[in-house]
Amino acid sequence: MKQSFYERIGESVYREKLPNGLQIYVVPKPGFTKSYAFFATRYGGMDTRFCLNGKWLDTPAGIAHYLEHKMFDTKDGNALQDLAKNGAEPNAFTANAMTGYYFDSTSHFEENLKILLSFVSVPYFTEESVAKEQGIIGQEIRMIEDNPDWQLYTRMLQALYQNSTARTSIAGTVESISHITADTLYDCHKAFYTPSNMVLTVVGNIKPERVVEIAQRVLPDEGGPVIPRDYGTEPDAVMEKETRLAMEVASPQFLTGFKCRPVADGEEYMRTSIIGDMACDILLGDSSPLYQRLYDQGLINTSFGGSFEMLPGVAYLYAGGDSKDSRAVKEEIQKEALRLVKEGIDEEFYQRIKKASFGANLRGLNSFENIAVSLSEGYFHGYDPLRFPQVFDSITREDVEMFLRDNIAEERSVLSEIVPKEA
Amino acid sequence: LEVTRTQLMNGVYLTYLPARKFKTSLLSAQFVTPLRQETAGAYALLPAVLRRGTVTYPDMGSLAARLDKLYGARIDYTIRKKGENQCVGFVASMIDDSFTPGKERLLEPVANLLGELICDPATERGRFVNAYFDTEKTNLMDAIRSLINDKRDYADSRLLWEMCAGEPYGISRLGDEKSVEKLQLRKLYGQYGQLIATARLELIYSGSAPRERVEQAFRSALATLPRDSVAEIAKARPHVPREETLMVTDELDVTQGKLGMGFSCSSDDSIALLMGNTLFGGSSNSKLFMNVREKLSLCYYASSLYHRQKNLITVSSGIEFENYQKAYDEILAQLTAVQNGDLEDWEMESARSTLLNAYASMGDSQGKLENFYLGQAATGQTGTPEELAQQVREMAEDRIFNAMKTVKLDTVYFLRGKEAAE
Repeated sequence: MKQSFYERIGESVYREKLPNGLQIYVVPKPGFTKSYAFFATRYGGMDTRFCLNGKWLDTPAGIAHYLEHKMFDTKDGNALQDLAKNGAEPNAFTANAMTGYYFDSTSHFEENLKILLSFVSVPYFTEESVAKEQGIIGQEIRMIEDNPDWQLYTRMLQALYQNSTARTSIAGTVESISHITADTLYDCHKAFYTPSNMVLTVVGNIKPERVVEIAQRVLPDEGGPVIPRDYGTEPDAVMEKETRLAMEVASPQFLTGFKCRPVADGEEYMRTSIIGDMACDILLGDSSPLYQRLYDQGLINTSFGGSFEMLPGVAYLYAGGDSKDSRAVKEEIQKEALRLVKEGIDEEFYQRIKKASFGANLRGLNSFENIAVSLSEGYFHGYDPLRFPQVFDSITREDVEMFLRDNIAEERSVLSEIVPKEA
Repeated sequence: LEVTRTQLMNGVYLTYLPARKFKTSLLSAQFVTPLRQETAGAYALLPAVLRRGTVTYPDMGSLAARLDKLYGARIDYTIRKKGENQCVGFVASMIDDSFTPGKERLLEPVANLLGELICDPATERGRFVNAYFDTEKTNLMDAIRSLINDKRDYADSRLLWEMCAGEPYGISRLGDEKSVEKLQLRKLYGQYGQLIATARLELIYSGSAPRERVEQAFRSALATLPRDSVAEIAKARPHVPREETLMVTDELDVTQGKLGMGFSCSSDDSIALLMGNTLFGGSSNSKLFMNVREKLSLCYYASSLYHRQKNLITVSSGIEFENYQKAYDEILAQLTAVQNGDLEDWEMESARSTLLNAYASMGDSQGKLENFYLGQAATGQTGTPEELAQQVREMAEDRIFNAMKTVKLDTVYFLRGKEAAE
């Protein structure tokens, strides 16, 4: 196996690509007790329209998430129990463009890894077991529908995007999931759960060769074809400027989103992601002049924050929290972006934000899950996330200013609000 | 390398957790004081006001700039409930010295900043800065009101408040809106002086520095901490079980109902109850998960929590309004099953392994370690995760069933939709 050492962050990674196309990463963690395995497919809530065996399929919203739930069923029962006996509590999540299955354990790691690889790669559904899940996921959907944070975020994406499947709710709706059958689940598994569309990451003190051996033994010898997907063609214009919903909340909340220019895969993808994060910190992070001013004016409180996200074909910067005047906050954000572009970012401020961002990235390496998810995302988008110190070196103040100039503008913006229900 | 707890000053204790494997070091300073209705709101407000500025860094901007320069060190204020004590203070974390490009030392400057936040707040006319007080008071009232935004948390809290009404455990860690509204600047400054002089202060460190260096850093950072006669921390009083189950219903405009159930435990065998709870609803292999969710498809979540520091069990679930009775009956049926030892071999094995895995991996997370050792210190307990794991390993099944037989339904809380109301 190929080993790389990252001196500036004190990590090393073993890499191997199996003949069936599966990418494997092993990250040793001396001194830690637990080991962590993360098995991910490049398939998520956005992948509803794709081409399998020359035929375009339209699948119901929420199917990737539904499939994630059903993967735990095995012919002999449920994988949860097998892992539980070894003290490993497995779990999974479905994101917009990835589904990941994972566990951590302090004993029987190899046996647990075999179980994980096996239940994720061998589907077992019956019409009855698929129908039964409607009740469980139906309640999950009800739960998030009552959650103001979820409503704000989902409605912001739906305001930003006209065609992109980024606007599709990952869990779907009670109505959309009612169309899911065992057959459609088998189709999706066949298309996306092939070794060549997946990545396995192990973080912990496990012999890298053993991980490779186990993966070779448990997983199929053949990879799979590349599956063309249709995320929708997205114009520059937003879908709607403002969206507002009344809910049982104590005070008004908002998110404002800016439709940013998407970037192709590769190292530039990672560089843009870091530039976007830094732009967000410089524009409205908690040590920015804007944050101080809005906080002192009582327009925001500690719930205020922002982030920059990239998904296939789309990118967006968003910010929000509680506010009694969300329009004023949104306006101030845009004014501050204009000022930064016009006057330039203060060099001293820029340098300390760079220092702090480096610290934040390094801090992230304490989390096994974060390491595994970053490596998987990096693999799917063609970059190496552990090279962040070098990428930081390559970024300049002008890069951040250019990002703000290109992306933070009124015509690219939307406002999503939740207001208290009138009594 | 060993965990130690030493007294640094009168009523000031340092729990030292040596570790070289993390990218960061963690420093925590927590005042531990009995949870009381009259002071909960004031003490919750204090760390937020203190976090606004110090004599050297008098506003959020200069504080933030200082932290950025320390490679994005973080200092967050915390307000927690541990047993019937309220713990307020700061948790700081910074990257380990070995990863700073010039091998700069970060422990001392971060400890000093922590000490300044506690001992030398920004003041005007001998009190807290008026504007800081006003803003943070508004923010705290907003936070208390906003608890309703997350319906799961809200339902869990409402259950505890009702179940433990009249007991300190039923007081919110943030205090209540009415008493916070009445807080006054002058009085709060007095309460601040009182708290830092008389409350026990628990310090926790996790990182690669030797103990002597950590002790020295804290001693120097807290050199001006006033110390008076230090007050006792509260010992949690057992919950008084109800003769008749208390039923509480709230109505809100929501799409999912929340069913919460609170149980008293009269056994004092807390490790056996912890095991029993894990079997009942404490993991994704528990009776509640396997039956209420997987078998009957009644919910997405149904889980139970053992409150070790108060000896209670609470169940939390989200259901369709009309499934109330079905879920209620099934939850009780599963409790009975645990009490009667009606389980398969793998269930016992899995509950034991789940707990052992949790204890074994605790040392891999600085946040979990800090929270665990604060909980131990604030409730006068001394066990380490390894010692608790040993007890779990040796636990006889009968002991679990006997302890679980003392678990009795006490309070039921149901949050339902407005349309569902007849």
